[in-house]
Amino acid sequence: MNIHEYQAKEILRKFGVAVPNGQVASSVEEAVAAAEKVGLPVVVKAQIHAGGRGKGGGVKFAKTADEVKQYADDILGMTLVTHQTGPEGKYVKKVWIEEASDIDRELYAGIVLDRETSKVTFMVSTEGGMEIEKVAEETPEKIVKVAIDPTVGLMPYQARQLAFALGLEGNAMKSGTKFFAALYKAYVALDAALFEINPLVVTKSGDVIALDAKVNFDENALFRHKDVLELRDFDEEEPTEVEASKYGLNYVKLDGNIGCMVNGAGLAMGTMDIIKLNGAEPANFLDVGGTASAETVEQGFRIIQSDKNVKAILINIFGGIVRCDRVARGVVEAVKNIGTDMPIVVRLQGTNAKEAREILEQSGMNILAAKELQEAAEKVVSTIK
Amino acid sequence: MSVLVNKDTRLVVQGITGSEGGFHTEQMVDYGTNVVAGVTPGKGGQKVLNDIPVFNTVKEAVDERQANTSVIFVPPPFAADAILEAADAGIKVIICITEGIPVGDMVKVKAVLNQKEDVTLIGPNCPGVITPGEAKVGIMPGFIHKKGTVGVISRSGTLTYEAVHQLVEQGLGQSTAIGIGGDPIIGTKHIDAVKLLNKDPETEAIVLIGEIGGNAEEEAAAYIKDNVKKPVIAFIAGQTAPPGRRMGHAGAIIAGGKGTAEAKMEALEAAGIYVVKSPADIGKKVKEVLR
Repeated sequence: MNIHEYQAKEILRKFGVAVPNGQVASSVEEAVAAAEKVGLPVVVKAQIHAGGRGKGGGVKFAKTADEVKQYADDILGMTLVTHQTGPEGKYVKKVWIEEASDIDRELYAGIVLDRETSKVTFMVSTEGGMEIEKVAEETPEKIVKVAIDPTVGLMPYQARQLAFALGLEGNAMKSGTKFFAALYKAYVALDAALFEINPLVVTKSGDVIALDAKVNFDENALFRHKDVLELRDFDEEEPTEVEASKYGLNYVKLDGNIGCMVNGAGLAMGTMDIIKLNGAEPANFLDVGGTASAETVEQGFRIIQSDKNVKAILINIFGGIVRCDRVARGVVEAVKNIGTDMPIVVRLQGTNAKEAREILEQSGMNILAAKELQEAAEKVVSTIK
Repeated sequence: MSVLVNKDTRLVVQGITGSEGGFHTEQMVDYGTNVVAGVTPGKGGQKVLNDIPVFNTVKEAVDERQANTSVIFVPPPFAADAILEAADAGIKVIICITEGIPVGDMVKVKAVLNQKEDVTLIGPNCPGVITPGEAKVGIMPGFIHKKGTVGVISRSGTLTYEAVHQLVEQGLGQSTAIGIGGDPIIGTKHIDAVKLLNKDPETEAIVLIGEIGGNAEEEAAAYIKDNVKKPVIAFIAGQTAPPGRRMGHAGAIIAGGKGTAEAKMEALEAAGIYVVKSPADIGKKVKEVLR
């Protein structure tokens, strides 16, 4: 789960991470008032869940109240397009008014899980403001990584190691090590999945502060962070994906026209792959979970159909312990309730698969039964050709 | 022979009195797995399925019933605790089915288990391990399997069933099928499972099913190239997945160009592994290679 920059900064501040003063605003009046409180000059920053806001015109430096008014008016309500939003962009509802920082150097700091070592790992780089993926690709030697032993946490020597790697000296050295220790503490306490401070800034007076903050949480741990859960902004998420999650379905919208519904994430991806190998494009990823009941199948249909690009649907359920005839009845029932005439290919495998195919074939509806995966893919692709 | 679970397995089910644990205990017993005990703290003294004793602690299950393998069905907030309790009680093979354990909890579990080299953790978020005809420890449908000589390793549950189904359609049985789990932190990675099956004299070929995210498949490929003479057949799920999106499994996210299906398939092919593009071709390819 992602949150906005202003929310990230407010949370990090609570853990003692140095962030510039600022205030969030939803209207031009609020923005002007916030700037007065924060003190001019300020930076007016669009709040959306995507990077690259500056290049898209969503970040402006304002020296006067008139400029604050002008920029807030420009940015609030704009549809901001960045390399991360896709061509449709994101609607800006809020701006963050932040005191201008006296920047000496721009650096990078991040915390992620390193799956190779199974350890939370701190990454710093002198290449601030750049995309870290680019740095990793072009100049990997400029990224310094420190793996943290969870039993003792980030040790002071490791914080110093990070600071030395960035060439911090004097006051900046002290400020930097304090910053890193606080950042790690916040990461663990919040069950974060990713922290990115880009840029991490050293001010002319030698303070190390977070000029930007990207925070992503481990969704599996949200049960113990009710306060974090409240920060979720549904407007930033794909509405159909939000709807799916209400029913315990895992849905990701894609650009093709063959909807698919599968039990299990791996098989769902494999099903998308085989659709493509047969010359069509999947419209979505949809994992209905291991059991695939009639209710989940019906919700799955509704969600797939809300995507207007969908021309046909492939259902691939490996029944296993779940009886296929039961799933087949669920599918027929769901199609009846929804009243669709879209071609549907159903592949059921497992206990009572034969009976299941009979139920589907005798349903009198536009449902084709398939026995094997390849056959199912061919059938569904042929319906749209 | 086989790996991890077999007829000598003496299984303790952690979370046996829950609905999942209870249902699958019955399924495992029906398959012929030797379930010797269950554990649910506070419910010690009860019996399940007529004669399986329930204990308060894993230690009691080990002391009184000589349990040597554990399967975990406890809910996510308590699963890390259950894994470490099993390890501390002397259980050598711990199979954790639970889905949705916080990553932060698993970071700690891994740090502790790294100190215990003789303990093998499978999962979490996995279907379990089955040695057909001997023991089924997990939630997979036992009846689709058949005893044989193909070892199967997979991150995904239903995709494993699909591969097993295709093998059986081709007349091929399995030595052991290992569902290693879809989370970013798992106890046994592809490479570890490959090492186990490579050592098993009964396993003649290995099916390796991977998916986007991380570099575990590449790591296994490098090991296979230098150490494995048995034929390895692989499929990578998620060739059509867009970058940066999470596809069900927390581990299946392509971050910054790393972990794409394409890169994985290339690495596997370069290591001399037979890579199939379509998930429908796994069984056929194994048959062809073993001919």
